Amino acid sequence: MKSHFIYLMALSALMFSCAKDNFTEPKSTLSGQILYKGEPIGMESGLGMQLWQPGFGKLGAINVFVDPKGSYSAILFNGNYKVVFPKGRGPFRTIEKDATSKDTLYLSLGGDQKLDVEVLPYYMIRTANFSGSENKVGVLAKLEKIITDANAKDVERVSLYISKTQHVSRAVNIGVTDVDGATIKDLNNIIISTNVPAIVPTQDYVYARVGVKIKDVEDMIFSPVQKIDL
Amino acid sequence: MKKIFYIITTIMLALSSGCNDDSFLDRPPTGLLSEEQVWGDEGQVLSLLGNLYNRYYDIASVKNWESLGMYNEAFYSNAGSYGMFQSNGWGYGNEFTWDYGYIREMNLFIQKCTAADKLSAEVKERFLAEARFLRASYYFEMVKREGGVPLILEPMTYDFSGDPSYLRHPRAKESEIYDFVISEAEAIKTLVPANVGEKSRVTKAAVLAMQSRAALYAGSIAKYGTTTPAVTLPGGEVGIPANLATGYYTKALAAAKEIINGNAGAYVLYTKKPDLSENFSSIFYDKTNNSEVIFVDDFKLKSGKVHGFTISNQPRYGAEEEEGGRLNPSLNFVEAFEKLDNTFAPIPTVNAAGAPIYYNNQIDIFANRDARLAGTVMLPGTAFKGRNVDIWAGFQLANGTILSGDDRGAQKTLPGKTVPEQVVGFDGPIDGFEFTAQTGFYLRKYLDPVVGSGQRGVQSEVWFVRYRYAEVLLNAAEAAFELGQAADAAGYMNQVRARAGLVTPLKAAEITFDRIVHERRVELAFEGHYIYDMKRWRIAHQILDGNAITAANLSTDLGKATKRNTQPWGLWSYKVYDPASPNNGKWIYKVTKLSRVTGAGRFQMGNYYAFINDEVVNNNPKIVRNPNH
Repeated sequence: MKSHFIYLMALSALMFSCAKDNFTEPKSTLSGQILYKGEPIGMESGLGMQLWQPGFGKLGAINVFVDPKGSYSAILFNGNYKVVFPKGRGPFRTIEKDATSKDTLYLSLGGDQKLDVEVLPYYMIRTANFSGSENKVGVLAKLEKIITDANAKDVERVSLYISKTQHVSRAVNIGVTDVDGATIKDLNNIIISTNVPAIVPTQDYVYARVGVKIKDVEDMIFSPVQKIDL
Repeated sequence: MKKIFYIITTIMLALSSGCNDDSFLDRPPTGLLSEEQVWGDEGQVLSLLGNLYNRYYDIASVKNWESLGMYNEAFYSNAGSYGMFQSNGWGYGNEFTWDYGYIREMNLFIQKCTAADKLSAEVKERFLAEARFLRASYYFEMVKREGGVPLILEPMTYDFSGDPSYLRHPRAKESEIYDFVISEAEAIKTLVPANVGEKSRVTKAAVLAMQSRAALYAGSIAKYGTTTPAVTLPGGEVGIPANLATGYYTKALAAAKEIINGNAGAYVLYTKKPDLSENFSSIFYDKTNNSEVIFVDDFKLKSGKVHGFTISNQPRYGAEEEEGGRLNPSLNFVEAFEKLDNTFAPIPTVNAAGAPIYYNNQIDIFANRDARLAGTVMLPGTAFKGRNVDIWAGFQLANGTILSGDDRGAQKTLPGKTVPEQVVGFDGPIDGFEFTAQTGFYLRKYLDPVVGSGQRGVQSEVWFVRYRYAEVLLNAAEAAFELGQAADAAGYMNQVRARAGLVTPLKAAEITFDRIVHERRVELAFEGHYIYDMKRWRIAHQILDGNAITAANLSTDLGKATKRNTQPWGLWSYKVYDPASPNNGKWIYKVTKLSRVTGAGRFQMGNYYAFINDEVVNNNPKIVRNPNH
C-alpha cells in the first residue's frame, strides 16, 4: 500500500515536469544580409547585431552572428523586435532614417522572414583579381570610397590573407602581407602579393581574401573568399 | 500512591511559580553580538575591519594561478586551460565587478564607527582612515575595469514603499572616480601610521602609493585616450579629457616623491642578497625586514589563510605533489629582457649564417641578461629548492633527426648503444603534456622555497604584493617623463635597473615611451599590472591585434611598446648526441611553436572597459552601457 503511494507520487512528479517543460520551441527564422545598395558586405565572422524584444520585463540582447559573406540568421519566437548594431561595431555607418527611431529597425516577426539591412560602408572592395603562381598569390584590388563627407576615414592598411581552408581572417591564415594605407596612391590599383609557405600536407591551392582596415574602425571589410590554384 | 502523586505535583507547581519569567525568556543570544558590544570594543571593531580587508579585490593574485599569467605572458601547462590559447579573444564581461554590497558595508562601517563614542579618538581615527582606504581601493578597482560607476558614499536603505527608483544613481564620470580616489588618499594619508614594518594594514606609504598609481592611470587615460576615440562615452563615463593629463601626472609625481623622500618611512629597494636574480625573487617571499614591500595580502601557515600557488607552479620533477608547472612564461616574455649593455636582442639560438650555436651549459644562452630574467623565470639549468629542473626536449642526432619521448623522462636507445637511456627531461618539455615546461620555462616569481610549500596539507604563506617601492619609482619615472622632466625620469628608472644589474645608466635622451612600457613589463611581470598598463596606454589592441606570430617577427622590434604578443612561443633545448663531433654533449636551442596554441588573441575596443551586466542595467536604467557593447 505504502509503495503504491510512492509510485503515485513519482508519477505525478513526472507528469508535472512534462507539462512545465513543454514549451514550443521557436520556429520563425529571421535571415538576411548586410548590404550596401544590394551588394553584400564581406566581414569577419562573429561580428554581431543585437535583437531586443521589449515587453517582457527585464531586457537582454539576443546576439546574432554574421558570417563572412555578410549574411545572418536566427530562429526566434514571433513578436516585435528592435534590431540594432552596437555602437562602433562593423566597418560601416548605420543609416539614420529619422530623428525618433534613429538607426533602429523595428521588426514584427510572424513567421519566416527575410530582413536585409542597408548600411553605409566606409569603403567597398570593387574588384579583387587574384592570381596564383608557384608559391605566390597576388591580387589587384580596387577600392571605392563610399563615405566622402565629414565622416570619411582613411585607409589604415590593405592586407592580403591566405589560408589552407575557406576560413580566412585575421586570426586564421597561413600568410599575410600588409600594405600601409599611406603608401597607397591610387585606390583603383592596389597590388599585393604574398608568399605561400610550405603546407603540410601538401595542397596545390589556397584560399585568399583581401581585407581593408579603416583608421579608427575596429572591424575590417573583406572581399569574398576565393580558391586559388597554385 | 495517588497521594504521593498529588504531593509531588503540588510541590512542582509551587516551585515553577517561583521562576522569574522575564529574565528566563529574555536572555542575550550567545551567537550574536549587539551593536553596542561591537562598537564598544576595539578588538571587535578590528575584526570587522579585518573582514573588509579580506574582501579587497585584486585582478590577479596568488590565490588564482591563472590570473597572474594572463594575456600571453605565459602558457598554461594545464589540460583544462588550453582553450585560452585556442580562442581569438576575450569575453567583454570577464573583468566585470559590481560589488555594491561590499561598498555598502564599508559605508556602514564608516557611519557607525564615526558615531561610536567608546573608542579612543586615536584608534577610531585610524580605523576610519583604513575603511576609507579600502573603499577608495575598491572604487579604483571598479574604475579601472568599468570606467565611471555610481559613487555611493552613504549606506542606502530601502523604505519598502514599493518604489525603489530613488535608490538608482547614474554613473559618475571616469575622471570623477579618479578624483575621488586621489582626494581620499590626500585626506587620510596623515591619519594612518608611517611604519615600514607594517605590511598588511594600511600605512602612509600604501596610501601614497595608491594615490600615485591612480593619478598616473588617470593621466595616461587622458593623454593616450585620444588615440582611441571609439573608447569614449559622450557623458564622460568612459574617457578623460586630454587637458587634464598634466594635472594628473603632476599629482602622481608628487605622491611618489613623498615616498621617495622618506616622508612615509625609510623605504628602499631590496638588496639583501649578493646574487641579483635570487635577490629579485626574494622580494616576494622574504617577509623579515623587507624594506621594499609597502602593502600586501598576507598569508600565514596553520592559520587557515594559506594559498596553493607553489603547488600549482612548482617544477613537476621532484614536486611535493603530483602536479605543478602550470605557468610557463613565454619566449616572447623572456626575449623582452635586455642585455647588460642596455640593448635588446633575441635569445641567440643560431648564428648569422643560420647554423645552431652550441652551448656547453644550458644556462649559457641566457648569459649577460637582465638579472630579473632568472629572478622571474625558472630557466633550464637552474635550481629550485636545491634541485635542478630537468628541462630538455630530447637528443639532436648527427643525422639531423631528433630522438625524444612522449612521457616525462622517457627512455630510448641511442644509435650505436644497446641500453635505453633517458631522452627527454622529467620536466619536459613535451608538447601537450600538462605540468611539463611546455614553453621550456617555469615561473619563479612568487614560488615559495620553503619545504612543504608544495604540499596540499601545508601550502604557502608567501604574501601577494599589492604595492612596492620599485613600482613607486617607476610611477615617478613615468610621470616625470610625461611632464618633460626626462633627467629626473632617468634617475628614478636607473635605480630600479641598477638593482637588476643594468648598471650602465640610461641617459635622459634615452628615456622614451617604449622604455617606460618595457621597464614596467619586465619589473612588474606576473603581479597583475600588465593588463591595466596596456589598457591605460591604449596599446592593448595593438599588442593583441589578432594576428598570429611567426618565428620571423617573434624576435623583431623587441623593445617596442606595441610589440605583438598574441601567442605564447617556446624555446626548447636539445642535447647533441654525435660522438664523432666536438659538439657532442653540448646544447642547442630551437624556437618552438606549441601545437596547443592555435588561436591568436584579438583585444577588441569593447575589451577596454568591461561589459556591464544586463541585470545591473535592468535594475537601474540610469546606467549607461560601455562603448562597443
